[in-house]
Amino acid sequence: MKKLLASSALLAALAAPAFAQATDTYTPDPNAKPGGAITITYKDDVATLDPAIGYDWQNWSMIKSLFDGLMDYVPGTTDLRPGLAESYEISEDGLTYTFKLRPGVKFHNGREMTAEDVAYSLSRVTNPATQSPGAGFFGMIEGFDAMMDGSATELSGVTAVDPQTVQIKLSRPDATFLHVMALNFASVVPREAVEEAGEDFGRQPVGTGAYRLAEWTLGQRLVFEKNPDYWREGVPYLDQITFEVGQEPVVALLRLQNGEIDVPGDGIPPAKFQEVMNDPAQAERVVQGGQLHTGYITMNVTQPPFDNVQVRQAVNMAINKDRITQIINGRAVPANQPLPPTMPGYTEGYEGYAYDPEGAKELLAQAGLADGIETELYVMNTDPNPRIAQAIQQDLAAVGITASIQSLAQANVIEAGGAGTAPMIWSGGMAWIADFPDPANFYYPILGCAGAVEGGWNWSKYCNEELDAKATEADSMSDPAMADQRLALWSDIYTKVMEDAVWAPVFNEERYTMRSARMGGADNLYVDPVSIPVNYDYVYVTE
Amino acid sequence: MAAYLARRLVESVLILLGVTLVTFFLLYVLPADPVRQIAGRSATAETVENIRQQLGLDQPFWVQYGRYLWNLLHLELGRSYLQRSNVSELIWARLPPTLLLMAGAIVCELVLGLTMGIVAALRRGTVADNGLMIASFVGVSAPQFVVGLLMLYLFGVKLQWLPISGYGSFAHLVLPSLTLGILGAGWYSRMMRSSMVEVMRQDFIRTARAKGLARRRVILRHALPNAILPIIAMIGIDIGIFMGGIVVVESVFGWPGIGQLAWQAIQRVDIPIIMGVTLVSAVAIVLGNLLADLVTPLIDPRIRLR
Repeated sequence: MKKLLASSALLAALAAPAFAQATDTYTPDPNAKPGGAITITYKDDVATLDPAIGYDWQNWSMIKSLFDGLMDYVPGTTDLRPGLAESYEISEDGLTYTFKLRPGVKFHNGREMTAEDVAYSLSRVTNPATQSPGAGFFGMIEGFDAMMDGSATELSGVTAVDPQTVQIKLSRPDATFLHVMALNFASVVPREAVEEAGEDFGRQPVGTGAYRLAEWTLGQRLVFEKNPDYWREGVPYLDQITFEVGQEPVVALLRLQNGEIDVPGDGIPPAKFQEVMNDPAQAERVVQGGQLHTGYITMNVTQPPFDNVQVRQAVNMAINKDRITQIINGRAVPANQPLPPTMPGYTEGYEGYAYDPEGAKELLAQAGLADGIETELYVMNTDPNPRIAQAIQQDLAAVGITASIQSLAQANVIEAGGAGTAPMIWSGGMAWIADFPDPANFYYPILGCAGAVEGGWNWSKYCNEELDAKATEADSMSDPAMADQRLALWSDIYTKVMEDAVWAPVFNEERYTMRSARMGGADNLYVDPVSIPVNYDYVYVTE
Repeated sequence: MAAYLARRLVESVLILLGVTLVTFFLLYVLPADPVRQIAGRSATAETVENIRQQLGLDQPFWVQYGRYLWNLLHLELGRSYLQRSNVSELIWARLPPTLLLMAGAIVCELVLGLTMGIVAALRRGTVADNGLMIASFVGVSAPQFVVGLLMLYLFGVKLQWLPISGYGSFAHLVLPSLTLGILGAGWYSRMMRSSMVEVMRQDFIRTARAKGLARRRVILRHALPNAILPIIAMIGIDIGIFMGGIVVVESVFGWPGIGQLAWQAIQRVDIPIIMGVTLVSAVAIVLGNLLADLVTPLIDPRIRLR
């Protein structure tokens, strides 16, 4: 057994060596002042604050502030650090993780959190009755299959050794496991509060987080107040956060300009982007950041004409990515591979397919399709996606591919993609933003065989068993010493995906948001790659 | 009267039943799977099937619809797929804002529409008449989304007379009510104008004038009560028109009503909420129409219900 200290530097060296150099213990902002209250708006209502269920843009970071898991991230970064676990050990075979819990951590109801709560929470999220959209992430834990088929009600791989120690056994070594323990779905919840609230736990959340829910007026607003007993020293800074829901992004921006709100949760609406950026006073308060996102075109490899790799390569060469990036006011960078640049495993220096309509025509001619192709391009019907689809349509037309656009509601596009009836799909508005910062998260559901089934998210229906085996090999390298080797293997996998031209990657979206003049805290807290969209625990007000 | 009412009530129940059947069927054949929305993108096929069974969505249509009706008989609208809360609770929480907004819109359309109509009728053929009728034409034709944003920009941002959006005070109610009411105001002003023009030509008006009554009294006591009749009957029907408008207006102004709830539920295929809101809207429309029919004979004794 290798004994590890709680230092996040060491921890990160073990868990995510790609970031090891960049990681250090988080130093609190010396200018931060405690106190004050802010208002944040969202367009969509908050569906639930149950960490086992919430999976939305607006509730993701709210849940992060109400709950904690064993693992966490250094604010504003993708670097793992310990959360409710104080330290942990990994067995030589990479199959047993022993977490030592922080002593004296209290739930919002005043009770002390123990190892039993961790075991209960992991059993709850994997219990089919909970209907958690995150259950699938826990597949590496021993006993997961028994939970899924209903033959067990407790996850056998998780044991509370004593009140301060949890042991988790895996059925296969998995290098992503610590990231999974940092997901909202792995948050620790108190059994008595869940049982008392029943189905309404999502409206009466009780966690160990930096804030607790003080008020929720359905459809109007939620108020979070500071948890005075929070186990992390000195945070959160704010006394109160009010979330106003049901606010159109355009209206939210007007209210920000009027000084009524502090952060528009949905960011700067595309229609207002130029106006804001052209006004120096406003542009100064805009925060820009990368996100773990790729926008791509899928091509169904099981059906003609896209069963021919030359046709798929031709599509890759036909797309003018720079022009498409301009359509969204340059709020993205052109992509040449599935992984976004900020993701570990991204292949630096890889060039992909350059924009080359003549070359595309030649490839089509070689494929015997010089006379042209007719196909369909599915797209989600909210701006800017139909405009992007039109640009793609024009680019394809220029090389002889006639694509008719099927502009549908999100759920319908996802359905067509899952069923394999859509020849081409523009992924905008639906996929893919990483759940956790690891290359594995871009493979299995959207490029691997597991996702290529009826209803899966692998809309290209690409299933390459050789690559699947390589992916499994990579993820079994949970020994930190092999981290570089693991990322190199992932890089190979994605390069092979591009050789097969399964997708035409188009761009990686950048996030642009704004804050009021009185808000303080490092920029990266407002475009936090993990606490999307804002890390509420660490921002503060300056007045 | 009692027989009439009984017949209308039976008809209403049949209409509502029809509405639930059609809506349920449309949601059933919709090429979008609510289970996928719940299960999320990391779910295995097993999880998806499991959830489908738990929700009974693996059952044939008539079984699902039968169960829905059975629950409805027990006044249960079910639980939201994604929020897990009781649908009746969700709708109940959002009904007061919607009713308030509708009441505000009715006041706006009556005050605006009737005033414009009367003024136009009394000054028939003048510049004022033409101007008002053009304004009403714009009110009828302009999309509510555009009207709402324009008013919001003018009164909320430029002049800063009224709050931009939100809920809670009288000031918050003004802009959404105006936006929702402007369509009806356009219709009413046109109806009121023609109705008023018609009435003013009648013999009894000439008699009233001949008696030497003041012009004001002739208009308010003799012309108006007669001219207003067709409008009163319209208000009940308006509720149906409002049900469409609130989805847009509530979104623009961040008004926490059932229109917003419906819109968000539709986007995410949250069938229990969609069914619940549809049913509540249908009830409102049916009641509105019934009320309009019942009120008419009270105002005009010449009309009798059979």
